[in-house]
Amino acid sequence: MSTAHYLWIKKKEAVYLDVTKAWSKGVAIFFATGAVSGTVLSFELGLLWPRFMEHAGPIFGMPFSLEGTAFFIEAIALGFYLYGWNRFHPWFHWLTGVVVGITGLLSGILVVAANSWMNSPSGFDFVNGQYLNIDPMKAMFNAAWFSQALHMCVAAFVSTGFAVAGVHALMILKGKNVNFHSKAFRIAAIFATVAACLQPLSGDISAKDVAKRQPAKLAAMEAHFHTEKGAPLIVGGIPDTATQTVNYALKIPKLLSFMATNDFNAEVKGLDSFPKIDHPPILVTHFAFQIMVGLGMAMLGLALLYFIALFKKKSWSESRWLLKLFVIATPLGYLALEAGWTVTEVGRQPWIIYGVMRTADAVTPMPGIAYSFYLFTAVYISLAVIVSFLLFRQIKMVNTLYDSSTDHKTR
Amino acid sequence: MVYVVIIFLWTAILLYLLLGGADFGAGIIELFTSRANRHRTRKNMYEAIGPVWEANHMWLIIVIVILFVGFPKIYTTVSIYLHIPLVCMLLGIIARGTAFVFRNYDAVKDDMQKVYTRIFILSSVLTPFFLGIIAASVVSSRIDLQAGDFFSAYILSWLNFFTVAVGIFTVTICAYLAAVFIIGQADDEADRKRFTRKATYLIFVVMGAGALVFIAAWIENIPLLYWIFSDVPGIIAIILATISLIIMFYFLNRNKPVMLRILAGFQVSMILFAATYSHFPDIVLLKGGQNLSLLENQGEAKTMEALGYALLIGSVFILPALGYLIYSFQKKTDEIADH
Repeated sequence: MSTAHYLWIKKKEAVYLDVTKAWSKGVAIFFATGAVSGTVLSFELGLLWPRFMEHAGPIFGMPFSLEGTAFFIEAIALGFYLYGWNRFHPWFHWLTGVVVGITGLLSGILVVAANSWMNSPSGFDFVNGQYLNIDPMKAMFNAAWFSQALHMCVAAFVSTGFAVAGVHALMILKGKNVNFHSKAFRIAAIFATVAACLQPLSGDISAKDVAKRQPAKLAAMEAHFHTEKGAPLIVGGIPDTATQTVNYALKIPKLLSFMATNDFNAEVKGLDSFPKIDHPPILVTHFAFQIMVGLGMAMLGLALLYFIALFKKKSWSESRWLLKLFVIATPLGYLALEAGWTVTEVGRQPWIIYGVMRTADAVTPMPGIAYSFYLFTAVYISLAVIVSFLLFRQIKMVNTLYDSSTDHKTR
Repeated sequence: MVYVVIIFLWTAILLYLLLGGADFGAGIIELFTSRANRHRTRKNMYEAIGPVWEANHMWLIIVIVILFVGFPKIYTTVSIYLHIPLVCMLLGIIARGTAFVFRNYDAVKDDMQKVYTRIFILSSVLTPFFLGIIAASVVSSRIDLQAGDFFSAYILSWLNFFTVAVGIFTVTICAYLAAVFIIGQADDEADRKRFTRKATYLIFVVMGAGALVFIAAWIENIPLLYWIFSDVPGIIAIILATISLIIMFYFLNRNKPVMLRILAGFQVSMILFAATYSHFPDIVLLKGGQNLSLLENQGEAKTMEALGYALLIGSVFILPALGYLIYSFQKKTDEIADH
């Protein structure tokens, strides 16, 4: 949004202003629903997991309080931005939009830092069931925060970029408001593709980190049953927990050892190194991981094609097949993102605080909690439906609201 | 440091009550506005509230974050035993937020707008009602940590005459705040007169609901009168609120909107002060006399210190920006050519 806004202030082409305004509506819709669901979330931590929050709150609360600050600033900046057209100096107005972006990213990093603490608890001493010597700063900068936050931030650009680019690509294919959608597509596609190329690198950092700190999770991701040296990378396949084998999988020799440790012959711990009671659900973790990586690779491929189109074969960028590929890729980023969260959350089970507290011990004692769960699931699903409905209506109205090439009002 | 945190906690509750309350009140007032005037009322309301709207939830989030970081025992007790009213309030917040988004950002303006409006109004009443219930249950000594069965642990903890009366009282306070707030937004004399009448009328409604709270407290054996009038600061707060109400009547017909807003805000702060002061530092009163105190249930020193600094640093960034935001949009909208 800010890029389009920048281009409008610099180039004074009305179409960039239109794109900016159209996108700002999207930002507003997402922010408002995000604010609402965020409010709900802060309550639900206690409503669902009071035993967890009772101990964890004081330890990992630091990123939450800072996240509150960042979110607040984002809300204020968005107030300036949405209602500030023609009220402020153009560059000040632009700056408030940039602040929305930066604080949004910052909120993301901080929330992920809180989550990574659950994977890599630190900043306290766990003695005989008591949490002593709490140090909130140490807890915030736990061992996993960097790799997880980096992976998530890049993922945010990938998924948003591909989703937005895909929608605009579809509209170009339909021949509607082509100038408007082409400009929008280009900005979104560049963000998406650059991020898609960076993501495998950050994924590699994450993999090595998980291998070091949560070997059981890595083993489940890979359905790696037996500890061995020079472990193969298992691609696809159906893990069979009874026989402890993976059927129909492609095995690339020694690659897993290399990915986990940078050494082809290093030993990688398999699930047999951990007591059964500490195993994460293997099927879900393995499949989610395969989905995430597979989709990530698909998007990387599309990104490379797009770069060829941009720099080598200009004729490609006009062609319909490339746009069609982008349309297909619309949901891929978000699917990969959700799959990734499934990996990290399910892969941490049975722990809610890795190695310290089991999930089953954290849940609220109130009976009938399942109904609360169903209710909130329904609420979140309807929120998703509502947001899609609104966005769909926004896209439908591009013709009359935003495209200055169809009407010639002075703007 | 714990006092810094407590001051922030109290201030965030107050600001949510004032700003969020006026926001809820906007929806409630719509309910009691004749159809002919509804559109005008709404327009005036949202010129004022729109830009600040996104920030209102944040006060509530700050309250929650302070509680779970600094006072986890209190946070978990409340969220276990008041699960049901909390969920109801959250549903209200979600419905309201979503309906608001729809009214403002739905590109297609059609009959769906009527649906959004209905949801918006309904949730504007329900959310503060449950907020009031929660606030009242926290001090009505009905949360029973020893309760054996579902009904007495999770229903009786929050459902009685007193909590319902406080719920109603909260709804009327929100409506009152919004009515006073909107006077300053009126474009012309007729609107201004209409809003002033509404505010005057709401003062009496609030007083009626207040009386209801005292009666309900008496029925439920809650020593509300004793709490408020047993110590000097509580009495002073009530006297100041009463005096400001008299000044309020004086200013109501004299076109001083800012003065009115300050007075209304002052009255509500005094009510909150009187209601919380006498228990301090206890914040949750449990059945059987043991209470949860803010001072005794605070987190470790290092946590409190980090939380205190985070809040102080945060407010350095937030308050000036928020002030400038409100200031910028107070200038009448029609002076600036609409885009």
